[in-house]
Amino acid sequence: MDRQRQLKWGVIVITLCALSILCALFSLSVGATSISYSEIYDTIISGKSSSTHSIIFQIRLPRIILGFSVGGALSLSGVILQGLFRNPLVEPYTLGISGGASLGVCLGIVFKLTAIIGIIAFPVLGFCGALITIFIVYSINAKRGALKIQGMLLSGVMISFISSSIVMLIMSLSTTEELNNIIFWIMGSLDEPNENLITVSTLFSIIGLAISYIFSIQLNALSLGEEEAFNLGINTEVTKKILFIVASLLTGLSVSVSGIIGFVGLVIPHLMRSITGNDHRILLISSFLGGGIFLVMCDTLARTIISPLELPVGVITGIIGGTLFIIAINKRSVSI
Amino acid sequence: MTTPIIQCKNISCGYTSHPILKNINLTVSPGEMIGIIGTNGCGKTTLLKTITGFLPPISGTVLLDEIPLNDTSSEYRASKLAVVNQTITNVSLTVYDYVTMGRLPFFKRFQFFETNNDHDIVMKSLEVTDSLKNKHMQMNELSGGERQLAQVARALAQEPSVLLLDEPTSHLDITHQIRILDLIKRLNRTMNLTVIMVIHDLNLASEYCNRLIMIDNSAVYTDGKTAEVLTTEHIQKVYSTKVHIMQNPHSNKPLIIPITGE
Repeated sequence: MDRQRQLKWGVIVITLCALSILCALFSLSVGATSISYSEIYDTIISGKSSSTHSIIFQIRLPRIILGFSVGGALSLSGVILQGLFRNPLVEPYTLGISGGASLGVCLGIVFKLTAIIGIIAFPVLGFCGALITIFIVYSINAKRGALKIQGMLLSGVMISFISSSIVMLIMSLSTTEELNNIIFWIMGSLDEPNENLITVSTLFSIIGLAISYIFSIQLNALSLGEEEAFNLGINTEVTKKILFIVASLLTGLSVSVSGIIGFVGLVIPHLMRSITGNDHRILLISSFLGGGIFLVMCDTLARTIISPLELPVGVITGIIGGTLFIIAINKRSVSI
Repeated sequence: MTTPIIQCKNISCGYTSHPILKNINLTVSPGEMIGIIGTNGCGKTTLLKTITGFLPPISGTVLLDEIPLNDTSSEYRASKLAVVNQTITNVSLTVYDYVTMGRLPFFKRFQFFETNNDHDIVMKSLEVTDSLKNKHMQMNELSGGERQLAQVARALAQEPSVLLLDEPTSHLDITHQIRILDLIKRLNRTMNLTVIMVIHDLNLASEYCNRLIMIDNSAVYTDGKTAEVLTTEHIQKVYSTKVHIMQNPHSNKPLIIPITGE
C-alpha cells in the first residue's frame, strides 16, 4: 500500500516537473516577437549574443523564473494557512495578508527606505506587514475558541479594506513620481527589472518550501484539530509560530516583488487537493509546482492577449480565482 | 503499593483564571479502570483535559510516572497518554492514515514516512478494534460508531500506558456502546492498560468501571469502588434525582433505575 502511494506521488511530482518545463518553453517562445522552439534550442546551446538571446535571457527567462517563484510561494502560503486555520478557503489574499504586506511596501516607497537600506527594504517591509496581519487575524479569531471561517474571512476583508484605504491615503498625499511607483507596483505584475529581487524571491520561496516540508507531518496532525495534534505529541505552539512566519515571508516577499496577485493560493491548492488528497507530504510540493505553472501561464496570457500592450497578471488570476472562490464557498462539502 | 501512574496534586483547573474545579487530589494506579461522573457542566471534561496536559492547571501539579507533566517532552507525553476525544474528527483522511498518526510521537526529526514496525503496530491496532475492513475508507464516510472505533485504534497505535476517553459512547447506539466498552474493558484486562473515562450513563459506568470519581460543586464529591459510589444518597445529592438501586441479576453490579413522574 505504501509503495503504491509513493509511486503515485512520484508520478505526480514528475508530471508537474515536466509540465513546468513545457510551460517555461511555451512562455519563452510566445510574445511580441515569437521565437520557435528550435531557435530557443539553438540560442541556449550556442549562446550567441543575438537579439533573440537577449530576449530570452534578459526579458523572458527572468520573468518566468519570477513567475515560478512567486506562484509557488503564494500557493505554498495558501496551503500552509489552510492547514493552520483548518479551512480550505483561506489564502493570503482573502485573509488580508497580501493587503497588509502591500501597506508595508507602500510605506517603504513613500518614506524612501530603499535609499537607506537598499532594495531589500521592500521584501522586509512586505514581510513585516504580512506577519502583523496574520497575528491580528489569528488573535481576533482564536480568542473565541474555534476558528470560524466567516469571522476569519470577514476580518480578512476588513483588514484588506483598512490597508487599501491607508494605501489610498498615502497615494493622495504623495508626489506624482511616488504615485507612479505605487500604481505601477500595486497592479500586480511580474515585470521586475531588479535581478537581486528575483534572486532573493527565488531563494526564499525554495527555503520556504523546505521549512514547511519539514513540518508536513505536523500540518497533517493539525488538520485533526489543535487538541488532537497536541495529544499526538505535536508541539503546536512552536509549529504554528514557525509556519505563520514562513507564510508571512512567502507572501510578503511575493507582494513586494510583484504587487498583489490574488487567489493563486486558493485555486492551486484547491485543484491539488482533488488530485493528491489532503496529505501535506505531497500537497506542499505539488501546490508549489502547480502554483508556479499557473502563474507563468497566467502571465504569458497577460502579456500576449492584447499584445503589444500588457494586462496586469493580477487581473487574470483575480478573475479565475474569484470565480472559483464563489463556486467553492457554495459547495458545502469542502473540508480539509 | 505500586507507584501511581498519574497523580493530581492539589490542582485547580479551568479555561480562564477562574477555576471550574478546585483543589483536586487524585492518585491513579496502573491497571485501574476509572469513570469520572457528575452532572452536565460540572467539570468532568475539564478534569480530563487537565490530565492530558492540554489544559494546564491554574495551580497544583499533574504527575505522569512521578514526573510533572509540564517537565516532560510532548513526544514522551504522547507515548504514555492517548486520548479519545468527544469531538469526532470529521476529516477526509483514510482510516489507515488516521490510525498511522498515532505513531507520530515515535517519529524522528525529518522522518516523513512510517517504518515497517509502525505499519505492523497500526495493522494490529486496526485488527484489535475490528477496523481492518474500514482501512481504506475515509474517516468522514464512517458511521459514528465505526469512527469511534477508528479513534480507539489510533489511540492504541500510540502504545500508551494510559487511555483517556471523553464520553466514548455518547451518540452511539447500544450495539456500538457495548462494542466499544467491551473492547476497552478487554484492553484494560489483557494489556493492563489504565483507563480513565468521562461517562454519562451511570449504568454503563457501573458495569464497566472498578472505580468511580463523582464530581460535584467544583470538587470531588466521592471517590471509591463503584458500589460504594453509586448509592441512592449520593445520586440524590449530586444529580437531585430520586433513584432506586437494584442489583443487576446478570453481573451483580448496581443497577440504577430513576424514579420518574413525581
